[in-house]
Amino acid sequence: MSTPSATDAIETGSGDRTPARLETDPGKARQRRPWLWFLLPFLVPFVLFYLLPIGYAVYQSLFKIQRTGGLFGKSEQVFAGFAQYADVFADETFRQGVLRVLLFGIVQVPVMLGLALLTALLLDSAVARLKRFFRIAFFVPYGIPGVIAALMWAFLYSPQLSPIVSLLNDVGTAPDFLGSSLILWSMANVTTWTYTGYNMLIIFAALQALPQEIFEASRIDGAGGVRTAVSIKIPLVFPALVLTTVFSIIGTLQLFTEPVVFQTISTNVTSGYTPNMQAYAVAASNNYSFSAALSVVLAVATFILSFGFLRFTQRRGEAL
Amino acid sequence: MSASTHTGSRPASTRGPREVSRLSVVIAMVFLVALAVYFLLPVYWLVVNATKTQSDLVTSNGFWFADWALWDNLKGLFTRDDGVFIRWVLNSVLYAGIGAAVGTLLAAMAGFALAKYRFRGREAIFSVILGGVLVPATALALPLFLLFAKASQTDTIWAVFLPSIVSPFGVYLSRIFAASAVPDEIIEAARIDGATERRIFFGIAARLMAPALVTIFLFQFIAIWNNFLLPRVMLNDAKLYPLTYGLFYWQTQISRDPQLQTLVIVGSLVSVVPLIVVFLSLQRFWQAGLAAGSVK
Repeated sequence: MSTPSATDAIETGSGDRTPARLETDPGKARQRRPWLWFLLPFLVPFVLFYLLPIGYAVYQSLFKIQRTGGLFGKSEQVFAGFAQYADVFADETFRQGVLRVLLFGIVQVPVMLGLALLTALLLDSAVARLKRFFRIAFFVPYGIPGVIAALMWAFLYSPQLSPIVSLLNDVGTAPDFLGSSLILWSMANVTTWTYTGYNMLIIFAALQALPQEIFEASRIDGAGGVRTAVSIKIPLVFPALVLTTVFSIIGTLQLFTEPVVFQTISTNVTSGYTPNMQAYAVAASNNYSFSAALSVVLAVATFILSFGFLRFTQRRGEAL
Repeated sequence: MSASTHTGSRPASTRGPREVSRLSVVIAMVFLVALAVYFLLPVYWLVVNATKTQSDLVTSNGFWFADWALWDNLKGLFTRDDGVFIRWVLNSVLYAGIGAAVGTLLAAMAGFALAKYRFRGREAIFSVILGGVLVPATALALPLFLLFAKASQTDTIWAVFLPSIVSPFGVYLSRIFAASAVPDEIIEAARIDGATERRIFFGIAARLMAPALVTIFLFQFIAIWNNFLLPRVMLNDAKLYPLTYGLFYWQTQISRDPQLQTLVIVGSLVSVVPLIVVFLSLQRFWQAGLAAGSVK
């Protein structure tokens, strides 16, 4: 999307000059900042559909709906400062939702990433056979949209349809996968199933990119496969682990698709089951400013957690 | 899971540095096969049950075939509600296919600019974009709805399409990749030859960045294809639904019309197959791209 004026300038004017460096130096002023024309097509929608909604949500969250003249009076928005935020933090549903996704994340993220790391190391090692097949098999679930994955597992959990449940029934104990105590972990299973392969591939790609000479040295030193993995490979792919952890934290706090799908088959998922679902439900009942406050709190919490984790790991990296 | 089985391989594989012991191979393979079963079983279930009639779905063994009804199910899928499923497919192709293509182009240009030009505020702009990576797309959906409502543009194709073309992660990846894959010397040489900046980008840099671009395209494609909250928030008109949301909509109607159960299953299968095929056939490219993004 570079402009004609910018391109003409080079073709006619500065064709015979040799620009010594890539920087836009004043001598080539006629080039009119080519970088801007590369950057703007992204920046415009980025501002419109990323920054502006964030700003608008913050703005909205500072207002409150007030009804004048009783229940049937007309409602209007009045400036309320941070009152909405106080309401958010005092809200029992919100607190339970946050605790629920935190519990979910504390268990699910380490299990998933542990599994991803383990499989990536195995597929990178000498002990595994059929590596290509396994890599593809593990990755297939990621190609399946979250809604469909949740639908599929919903069928596999359902007492009427599931061959797994009927198999377990024959053995004697069939846990109620959609019961109030298990349903959260049934969802954790769905996200683990979907994203383990994806995380495995990121870690695996990082492992494959390591220079082979390192391993020669450790082999000469007599280090075995496990030893090499623990003391050489894992530290070297640490950045990939950080990346996958941050994305997993973000994903966990945003939990939405799986519980919404499970809501269609189980009464144990309430409309405020996760903070994101609550924000949606509140917006659907037209309380936009409360919903905006919820979204802002959620985004800030996500940001703090993932950014905090990045910082934490960076500091650890420096100490090493 | 069976993670504990792996620790068993510790003594075996530390024994010999070079040759791998039989035992550790067996243990590793058992573990990997068990995992493969776990990952593929639901897909297998989907394939098997897409071929069944509504009544067999409940009565027959879920892991084995019953009467073959796949063609009837497919016919039902494509003719239901005047072929609305085909519309959903086309919508998804539009949102995800064109959206990811446009998004990749924008991200590639921005990443190239941030990697190869020096200007004031470059790092500041990059930091803001990186911050955008950490802002979850779902947190944006509701504010986006409010904004589009202001402009009376909810329940339109644009309401889903436009927000989807922005990929901060794509900019991050393409900046990293442009910095390492596009040598400054080539750009300078092209400039001396009189190439325009646009030529340099489209003719040279974009080609060198190809693996990263395929990666960005694929992952953005998947992200848009999978997006659930945005269409849920924005769209009312069933004709505008993307595929996945349409299937979810049918799922919510099952209690009213049990026949939809087979259609949801068959529809899921139909929507999954092309995705997996595309992903697997482009594997070579996006793995190289991923490696570049995660190492640096």
